[in-house]
Amino acid sequence: MSEYVLELKGITKIFPGVKALDRVSFQLKPGEIHALMGENGAGKSTFIKVITGVHKAEEGEMYLDGKKVDFKGPKDAQKAGIAAIYQHVTAYPHLSVTENIFMGHEIKKRGILQWKEMHALADSYLEELNADFKSTAEMGALSVAQQQMVEIAKAISMKARIIIMDEPTAALTKNESEQLYKITEKLRDGGASVIFISHRFEDMYRLATRVTVFRDSQYIGSYDVDGITNADLIRAMVGREISDMYPKPEVKIGEEVLRVEKLTRTGYFKDVSFSVRKGEILGLTGLVGAGRTETVQTIYGVEHYDSGKMYLNGEEITVKNPADALRQGIGLLPEDRQHQGLILDWGIGRNITLTEIASIGKNGLTDDKAEREKAKELAERVDTKAVTIFDKASSLSGGNQQKIVVAKILASNLKVIILDEPTKGVDVGAKAEIYEIMGELAQQGYAIIMISSEMPEILGMVDRIVVMCEGKVTGELQREEAEQESILKFAMARSSKAAKN
Amino acid sequence: MATKSGRTIIAEQKFSWKIFFLKWEWLLVILFIGINLMNANLSQYYLSGEGLLNATNSFLEKAFVALPMAYILVLGDIDISVGSTACLSAVMLAYCYNLGVPMGACVLICLLTGTICGAVNGLILTRFTELAPMIVTLGTQILFRGIAEAMLGDEARGGLSTVKWFSDLYWGKLGIVPIMLLCFIICAAVFAFVLHKTCFGRRLYAIGANKLAAEYAGIKVQQIRMIVFTLTGTFAAVTAVFLAARMGSTRADIATGYEMEAIAMAVLGGFSTDGGKGNFPGLVLAIFIVGMLRYGLGLINIPSQLMLVVIGALLIVTVMLPNIRSMVKIQKKAA
Amino acid sequence: MEKKKFDWKAITSSREMSLVIVLILLCAFVQIRNQSFLTGGTMEEMFRNYAVTFILALGMMCVLLTGGIDISIGSTLAFSGMAAALLMRDYVISTPVSFLVSIAIGAGLGLVIGLVISKGKVPPIVCTLGFMNIYRGLTYLIAHSQWVAAYQFTDSFKNFALTKYLGLGLVNNMIAVTIYIYIIFYIVMKWTTVGRRVYAVGSNAEAAAVSGINIDNVKIGVYTLMGLLCGLGGALWTSLYKSAQGDMATGIEMDVIAACVVGGVSLTGGRGSVVGVMLGSLTIAIIGKALPLIGVSQFWQNGIKGLIILAAVILNVLAQRTMDKNNLKRREM
Repeated sequence: MSEYVLELKGITKIFPGVKALDRVSFQLKPGEIHALMGENGAGKSTFIKVITGVHKAEEGEMYLDGKKVDFKGPKDAQKAGIAAIYQHVTAYPHLSVTENIFMGHEIKKRGILQWKEMHALADSYLEELNADFKSTAEMGALSVAQQQMVEIAKAISMKARIIIMDEPTAALTKNESEQLYKITEKLRDGGASVIFISHRFEDMYRLATRVTVFRDSQYIGSYDVDGITNADLIRAMVGREISDMYPKPEVKIGEEVLRVEKLTRTGYFKDVSFSVRKGEILGLTGLVGAGRTETVQTIYGVEHYDSGKMYLNGEEITVKNPADALRQGIGLLPEDRQHQGLILDWGIGRNITLTEIASIGKNGLTDDKAEREKAKELAERVDTKAVTIFDKASSLSGGNQQKIVVAKILASNLKVIILDEPTKGVDVGAKAEIYEIMGELAQQGYAIIMISSEMPEILGMVDRIVVMCEGKVTGELQREEAEQESILKFAMARSSKAAKN
Repeated sequence: MATKSGRTIIAEQKFSWKIFFLKWEWLLVILFIGINLMNANLSQYYLSGEGLLNATNSFLEKAFVALPMAYILVLGDIDISVGSTACLSAVMLAYCYNLGVPMGACVLICLLTGTICGAVNGLILTRFTELAPMIVTLGTQILFRGIAEAMLGDEARGGLSTVKWFSDLYWGKLGIVPIMLLCFIICAAVFAFVLHKTCFGRRLYAIGANKLAAEYAGIKVQQIRMIVFTLTGTFAAVTAVFLAARMGSTRADIATGYEMEAIAMAVLGGFSTDGGKGNFPGLVLAIFIVGMLRYGLGLINIPSQLMLVVIGALLIVTVMLPNIRSMVKIQKKAA
Repeated sequence: MEKKKFDWKAITSSREMSLVIVLILLCAFVQIRNQSFLTGGTMEEMFRNYAVTFILALGMMCVLLTGGIDISIGSTLAFSGMAAALLMRDYVISTPVSFLVSIAIGAGLGLVIGLVISKGKVPPIVCTLGFMNIYRGLTYLIAHSQWVAAYQFTDSFKNFALTKYLGLGLVNNMIAVTIYIYIIFYIVMKWTTVGRRVYAVGSNAEAAAVSGINIDNVKIGVYTLMGLLCGLGGALWTSLYKSAQGDMATGIEMDVIAACVVGGVSLTGGRGSVVGVMLGSLTIAIIGKALPLIGVSQFWQNGIKGLIILAAVILNVLAQRTMDKNNLKRREM
């Protein structure tokens, strides 16, 4: 028997134009919970897909129990006892929980599916997991946490020996996370090995015995969790000290520009009030699902609020759609740049000018020449790596795509700029450049709201922090008084209160 | 001005012969020339100026509805109710005329009917954005046809050709140029101009390429869809006017299948049903390819049924060609 | 101590049940106006005449489940029906052989469509639009634009639609075939992996691919199946009307799609059930049969049908919205 249940050596995976994994190694001991950490874009998700046979690595070897294996597809990995719970739940929303659990390994007798038996089994798994729903429920009607439980039940039903969880706690409340920890430990005690990917240090300390760090598609090292510090880990993940990442300039903060009062959208957020001033960068943070994105989408007019008021420069405004918001000087850099921010099939020039074609041209006509000049000017301002303004947006890396979206916002004449997770999935270099642009914008007198889940970014870049939890504002902190712990306390305020009750 | 790192980004498009010749429209041009050569071989009168112009009259009335259909496809939507809309509009025209309404007013009523039909589609689709355009326009297709049937039953309403100016819309000529051809050229030019040279046109492409990104960029997506669907209704009625002028009478079963012909013309012209693609030179070429092909096959008494086969095959093969090309490319890369 | 409660709310809120209620009300209304509606004779005639619609709706459901659409079914039906009829006219083949020929031809035509869609990456609507023209044209061409008339069929073929031997002497053959196919589909779609794969591909194609399902094969399969049912429909159609004409079954795709949509099949894939499709087809059949009985001119039929389709889809959206809103309100704040 080998010391490791799973071992990978020298894995290299190349996508058109990018090396997603560069000679990466990894070792998993039997019966351990192993944390895998690294920044967004470090290659963790690709690595998992190599293990589960979704992607085929160009180079490298993989050993199961010391024996070399070569997966042709996901089915081979499943047969070998490897199950993955992906970050974006890969469920069938129209089908029942039972069916989601048993997809691919249904119980059959003479070709006929045994629903009764499967429902009973599924219910027993769900009971084991303390789930509060039945096996006959429709997957699409469940919450993210519940869907995740179904995925775990699926792993159990496949008798998986190696279970991979990709950021399972990202969308969970504290209570739900705690429940997940217990389930994970139960799985381990049952003999399974778990690879646990997370951004939260908390998860790692609570669960893992060892941690492996990736950075920029490369393997950095594996460490025992006992005896490692936050600082060590951050250095391993980022590759340098954090302080020089955030070029936050000192800006004289002016008068109030945007104020929202008791903004409410039933089911998403309630009585949200905050304001942002000229030259100020306001951080809006909280856990995923706290209602931050929904709040700014409502301010921008993509969604509609049920009650509440908004003031711009002291005057009450109504925003029915993004066109209204833009006209009054509010711009949004959306969370999902590939779907909401860019037209990937188009050249970057046309993407940049899309919002302002009418004002660049005259009388409703387009003016190609003026448009090209404007696009060139803005593309150069954000220093994108594109060669011409006709390069397709899809041909750029994540960071450069994000710069194009920033350029697109700069095309408009704005007072308030809202940035929703501006550095998500952006490489370290481009991150710093985006921070630099943010700093410049603040200096120029824009009022900036930045949503972010990354604590260092919030602490490094903003003047003031508003924390949301489960649809409500739970705290507001000045930069000086803010620390990771105090922010987290507010971010989990409501769930811990519920836990006490 | 340059970037901080000192680079400049190029803003002039370099002309490349390779890109120029790899354009989809060349395939259409070749097809178009081929079909005209074939026709010229079949009939010695074909290539005379007048012969060519007359040939256009055999198919152009359907082409009017292909113009807004192209817009609909750019948006990534579809409208299969245009045949029924044209029918109902024509039936309204004849119905009113037989009630004694003056012809001028009848034509206006006809156009109004089409516009209302289009607006109904637009209203349902923009109020209930969850619904697929295919199913809504399937419903209105049956509904509009049903109203026409309820009005006329299996009778015909005729006598339209007694009004000279009305039947001249189809049969008349200005010099040697048919009036309908003139109308078509004007309409096509306006449609092309709006799509390619105005902000409205750019927004249509943006919506078709990425509806969500378009909305975030401040484009009023639903308002634009409403406009385009209504416009489509109006132009279905324009088709109805020419159709009525041609036949002199209407029945409840006219213009069946026009939606499919219009979609086929647009798709052949390079407009994808997935939205965001296509241009008007391609569309106009495709309209003339389909029309001239029909005309030519008619010259040698090829049964109209064979035409169905040829046009269907043309549609599928032309859409499949670029896919096969890119498939071969990928396989080469993999090897 | 737990008692099994009869969940009225779940049952009445299910789509199928609300459709049943509407249908019962509709039938009751028609019955009051015309006593001859709910009689054996009328019912048998209705089911016989709409048997093909019922059958095709099942195939269409599978196609729609994968997120596709097939508007060429009328033409596929016509071609396979015509081809079998011509063989019968010229070579006097027996009834079972002619059915098999028609089914085989239909399956072949469907296979071609499936290949073009999955391998040629042509959007389903464009592809089937093209084949609608091609197959219709070929139908005329192989028949030289002529009919195959009643006297050119064998007696046993013509009698197929009139006798009951497949229905164990109880129901007409046409209806019997429909029932058998519904039973088969009910079992396959709900109780076998093959059926569930179709749902999986439509519900989340990406996930299906990750879990190792060959999406191309599923797509080719559903279009071939659709073609196969069209072939069967072609044979049934010619037997029922005792003639094969080039323009037969023109526009039937609209009835069939309408039946699916009314029956709750989603056009974006993943949702739909055999029971729903049966009820949807029943709705279309009842509207077609009942309206003349209560004195509505046949010319009003399409108008009413169109209204019902629109009402059905819009009501569905409104119901969904209310449900979503209630869910949101329930969410703890």
